[in-house]
Amino acid sequence: MVKKSEIKQKRATDSSKKVLSAIHASAEDIHGKIMARKKPTMKLPVRSLANVKYQPQRGFFEMKGQKKERTLTVNTVKTFAQTLRMVALSKELVENDDIATKREAYYVSKNWDEARFSEQPESDTVMDDVEAYFGVNREQLGFIPEEKGGDVAGRLFVVDHDRDTGQMLRIDCTKFGSGAYSIPISVEQLQFETNADFILAIETAGMFQRLVKHNYWKKANCILISMGGVPTRACRRFIRRLADFKKIPVYVFVDGDPYGITNIYRTLKVGSGNAAHLNEFFCVPQARFLGITPQDIVDYKLPTHPLKDVDIKRARDAIKNDPFIKHYREWIHAIEHMLKMGVRAEQQALAKHGLNYVIESYLPQKLARPEKFLP
Amino acid sequence: MAARQREISVSEFFSKNRHLLGFDNPQKALLTAIKEAVDNSLDACEEAGILPALKVEIRQLAEDRFRIGVEDNGPGIIKAQIPKIFGKLLYGSKFHTLKQARGQQGIGISAAGMYGLLTTGKSIAITSRTGHDKPAHYYEIQIDTRKNAPQIITDKVVEWEPPHGTRVEIELIGTYKKGRHSVDDYIHQTAIANPHCEIFYTPPDSTEAQHLARGSEELPPEPSEIKPHPYGVELGILIRMMKETPARHLSVALRRDFSRVSTRVAEDICKAAALSPNANPHSIAVNEAERLYKAINSVRIMSPATNCLSPIREEQILLGLKKEIDAAFYTAITRTPTVYRGNPFQVEVGLAYGGSLPSEELVDLMRFANRVPLQYQQSGCAITKAALGIDWRSYGLSQSKGALPVGPMILFVHIASAWVPFTSESKEAVAPYPEIMRELRLALQECGRKLATHIRAHRRAVDEEKKKSYIEKYIPHIGIALREILGLSAKAEKDVVATLKDVLERSRSKEQIDD
Repeated sequence: MVKKSEIKQKRATDSSKKVLSAIHASAEDIHGKIMARKKPTMKLPVRSLANVKYQPQRGFFEMKGQKKERTLTVNTVKTFAQTLRMVALSKELVENDDIATKREAYYVSKNWDEARFSEQPESDTVMDDVEAYFGVNREQLGFIPEEKGGDVAGRLFVVDHDRDTGQMLRIDCTKFGSGAYSIPISVEQLQFETNADFILAIETAGMFQRLVKHNYWKKANCILISMGGVPTRACRRFIRRLADFKKIPVYVFVDGDPYGITNIYRTLKVGSGNAAHLNEFFCVPQARFLGITPQDIVDYKLPTHPLKDVDIKRARDAIKNDPFIKHYREWIHAIEHMLKMGVRAEQQALAKHGLNYVIESYLPQKLARPEKFLP
Repeated sequence: MAARQREISVSEFFSKNRHLLGFDNPQKALLTAIKEAVDNSLDACEEAGILPALKVEIRQLAEDRFRIGVEDNGPGIIKAQIPKIFGKLLYGSKFHTLKQARGQQGIGISAAGMYGLLTTGKSIAITSRTGHDKPAHYYEIQIDTRKNAPQIITDKVVEWEPPHGTRVEIELIGTYKKGRHSVDDYIHQTAIANPHCEIFYTPPDSTEAQHLARGSEELPPEPSEIKPHPYGVELGILIRMMKETPARHLSVALRRDFSRVSTRVAEDICKAAALSPNANPHSIAVNEAERLYKAINSVRIMSPATNCLSPIREEQILLGLKKEIDAAFYTAITRTPTVYRGNPFQVEVGLAYGGSLPSEELVDLMRFANRVPLQYQQSGCAITKAALGIDWRSYGLSQSKGALPVGPMILFVHIASAWVPFTSESKEAVAPYPEIMRELRLALQECGRKLATHIRAHRRAVDEEKKKSYIEKYIPHIGIALREILGLSAKAEKDVVATLKDVLERSRSKEQIDD
């Protein structure tokens, strides 16, 4: 008779075997230390901008290797216990080839009595710790994000497979009418067919809608992608694979404010400080910044809003601490320019000159000189 | 022109300026009337060496019409004095001598009676008896505001149960409210500052009396009378004193009517004023008083004796706080007496912290002058200014800029003086003389330091408890997780939990020793 666990083992892929043995080894280590009456420790990479470096030839934020030690003491016992239970949950998921969303994992913890999380951000942090601890992608641990990947419209065929039949699906991104193709959570299996000239990654759904409605992709022969704020990992990976595959440029069109530049654009291009061990895959080094630039505010006489305190703080912080911004004098100048003006402008501010000004004038003018785009 | 000028009587003046006496609105009027009657009763009992037992009743007759009754077990008032005390403004037992007492100017109770008369037309009613072998006299009196003289409406002997004491009843227009400026608060605070007093209080919305029990059987020592110190007199008072002295020579008048003025000092003052020691004080009152006033302040005079004060004292403050407030920590401090402008005074601070007190609100500041609660004009008072000037954050409370601290705390501040410098006639706020501010600050800081010690010890204990419970709560989860990952047996899991608990407990007790 074949044991149930053996079946599971067979189902497990190489990657999950690796994860399982890493989980086992770390638990073994902790157990051994405890029984030797020593305080167990976990070494976690520091997940912050201070622990990443930027080298343009590599193209993404890399970890510098600072680690924090979480030693089990009276003060850390709660987090330590929660981290271990999260690892145990991950083990169960991987073993059973199951998945849990971040929110589901949070609800599972409700079954842990006093060790339960009271808010989801707490469980997300612990999950990020676990991910960084094992140096893997959280999907490999069985955890998946629930946020949407992003929307796509334009000159692109996405090649996917039907789950049940395994039959090839050729998805035509020009055939969604006023709708769009949704980027799935996992994009590794996708293949592409396209002859587009470039990819335009857009911050807001509103601007994306306008460009889709007027079939801008037809006019400019491009692929439109709506990021909806800071791009998810899936969205970053999708753009990266697509751009690498067809060697086409990626232009980024976001609000002209510190958030658009230092959070959305920077995360898309070089990754985040939070999960730096994964940036290598979740970044788009070829991305270039189309607009809205601080200079656009002047050139296009855009209506503006004053920078809020958090904008100013974010901008100053980026100039001082963000290794990517610090690397490019152009970016420092641009951000200082914005600070000096003390204002920000949204993508939609272009509507001041007419609703379709963005299609008829702004984008064509900008795209005529891509070498002028910020790095 | 001169024919049309006539002397305005004091009563008439005050009937037109009743806000000066605390009758400016109906809510305050009700409070002030009760306050004046209670002040008088407590003063009378203490003077006679009787532990006060007071009845305070408020009956609501109509929407805005009340009848208040205040009854004490004091010595009673002799028949002949009753009309003067209750029917004539500025009639007091103190004159030319100073003494720490609740009432100061002798305006209070007769003004309350006058307010009642003006608003309802009803007389003030007094029942008083001086001993079990004496009859009880019942008076109804109205004040003739133009003459400042009592008008007796009723005068009879009545049957009255108490062997001695006085009962005052006034009918007036007023408003009864709860909260900060309420009679309820006044009674509560009076009970705290006077733990030797018991009060039966019947508010208008109740038929039964609340009993605020006595917390101490000890009467406060009777304060002694002192003559005014030259540095403390204002020019107007100096003129009046010179006018009314029986002495016929200036130097004698100075020596006789002031404290700390020796023959030598009197001569020095005369010399500085370029006046003859033998000059007639009555004529000086008219012509050279200002010169004399300036001269006094240029001569060095010994500070007044401070033994005339009767503080509440630390242990009595604690008794008062403990019996009226449910808190976890109490402390009090009585400063040694000192002097501002020739007037001896003494500052006391007490505080109650924790327990059932609300922790998210500003601390409750209770201000007292000569054991009387001050409920109005908080922001204009020296006590408030001093409390605001303290950095309470260094004592473990949170505090926003320019505000009282936030925390579960009642702050009790008392100033005792033969002459409390109020900012107005209605006696609601103390003037911020530098000497008074300094004493207040030092007393508040001293209590603050004691509070800080308590808060720190308390926090440490809570912290300790929390850490201990952390071990109990979370270690089992480490056991569960390791069992799930490694497939440990139940026994192995138990071993992990027990070992880890032991290791952490040990390291925790080591940390404590290191502290």
